[in-house]
Amino acid sequence: MQDYELMLDAYAKAGGLPEIFKDSKIAHLVVHKNKVIGSHLVKGLILEPKETATGVDIQLKIDEGIKIENPVHLCFGVLPKEGVQEINIEAKIEDGAGVKLLAHCVFPNAVKVVHKMQAEIEIGDNAYYEYNEVHFHGESGGIEVIPKARIKIGRNSRLVTNFSLLHGRVGVFDLDYESKVLDNSILDMTAKIYGYGDDRIKIREAGYLKGKGSRGLIKSRIAVKDNAVSEIINELTASAPEARGHVDCVEIIQGNAQAKAIPIVNVTNEFAKVTHEAAIGRVDKKQVETLMARGLEEEKAIEVVVGGLLK
Amino acid sequence: MEMLHIDKISLKLEGRQILKDLSLSVKEGAIHSILGSNAAGKSSLAYVIMGCCDYIAQFGKIHFLGEDITNLPVSKRAKMGLTLAWQEPARFEGLTVKDYIAVGMKNRDDALIAESLHHVLLQPSDYLERQVDKTLSGGERKRIELASIFAMRPKLVVLDEPDSGIDILALDNIINMIKALKKQGTTTLLITHREEVSEIADITSLMCSGSIVHEGKPKEVGKYFKEKCVPCSTKTFPSEADGRIKGAK
Repeated sequence: MQDYELMLDAYAKAGGLPEIFKDSKIAHLVVHKNKVIGSHLVKGLILEPKETATGVDIQLKIDEGIKIENPVHLCFGVLPKEGVQEINIEAKIEDGAGVKLLAHCVFPNAVKVVHKMQAEIEIGDNAYYEYNEVHFHGESGGIEVIPKARIKIGRNSRLVTNFSLLHGRVGVFDLDYESKVLDNSILDMTAKIYGYGDDRIKIREAGYLKGKGSRGLIKSRIAVKDNAVSEIINELTASAPEARGHVDCVEIIQGNAQAKAIPIVNVTNEFAKVTHEAAIGRVDKKQVETLMARGLEEEKAIEVVVGGLLK
Repeated sequence: MEMLHIDKISLKLEGRQILKDLSLSVKEGAIHSILGSNAAGKSSLAYVIMGCCDYIAQFGKIHFLGEDITNLPVSKRAKMGLTLAWQEPARFEGLTVKDYIAVGMKNRDDALIAESLHHVLLQPSDYLERQVDKTLSGGERKRIELASIFAMRPKLVVLDEPDSGIDILALDNIINMIKALKKQGTTTLLITHREEVSEIADITSLMCSGSIVHEGKPKEVGKYFKEKCVPCSTKTFPSEADGRIKGAK
């Protein structure tokens, strides 16, 4: 099989629908290591990838007032056991524009792979940008994933990010997303990760609610077992009147795993408010017994509870 | 035929006697209510019957369908046809109502899932895809719990205060649901502290300080409960004149 077919195969295993790559109404970009091996654009979408020695630099632009109807599908990956992939994204979503991205990152055979992603994203006024990233890893744990993003959100706009890494070993994971939010805009960031073996998970998601009436929600759902370790820093700063934010972190631990949650809420305006909740612990006994009272074995009941949390 | 037989069970938690020499017999096909005021040990009895963690009786035996289940885990008891609807049911982030109800079904049947929601006056189209999480009100969650029992079709269900958190207008509906469970062949052990709810039973046991102290017709036991137990000023048990006595001291 050629790299393209192998990537699509891995993409399907990650939960993607390979048929979308044949749909002319749906834009896509497939990158293997530092090679662009497939792409399709739709009207209004400017997506310019440039191959580099270690990855791909991508310019994404949506012109003023353009809304891309269907989600844009991205597929990044490294198929060999070893390799480096560095993806740099510069995205500019102009005033009144909107786009939804669905990225699948596939590393099914990784033994010594590094995947870095650096994104600079600028969202104009009355615009929206949604970025969903789903990872599919192999079982060796020999992978390092380092996604970083710096995001500016204009007025009356909306940013949604969903990150999930639920298939295969996490390896070493170090996410750092930071967003600045202007007047009446909404920031909504969620990360869901399941770590086991000796996985190491570190997440920092930060939002700065700088505009009047801005809103922020940072949500983390983490499950760790065996000897996995997680550290989640959810940070929300509100410095404008009527800014509202909430930080919500739930971590479930099993076995010898360790989890740490560090919610940071910082309010510098008397008319702003940020709340937080964090819970770390084993799977709730009552939840497990409720499912067992319906006939599930304990192990299956725990699986259902954890699966729901990470869904 | 006797479905559940509890023989002199005792439970101590953190040095406190919760259940003491409690005996109870539940007949197949019956709605059998346990009536008692707060802290009588009713919920603890429910957990002991279900075999919940920390609620393993130190003394006594529990037989279900003639088999000794005293030391069986929760899931084994459930597979035999015994289940429990908690007074405050757990919430599950990410689990939809339809998947939650389906958990207890031997063979998933979407029509039966929808029917079970209809039985508790919840519109399936509004609820099937919702999550069993904190976005549901307490009353909605209770109804979904009852719907899940209806869909499971257990041989015996222990309903722990099914009326709590349910508004007065919906109470009739919950009572009808309990009657529907009986119609489908489910025996019900109905735990309550409200004599008017207890009255739908075929037989009522009065519980006080961790023991069953009286058993009789629901109205008669309810009357005694209302007059003598709310509030309880004496902690005395019914006399011979109050009817049949079990375990009176």
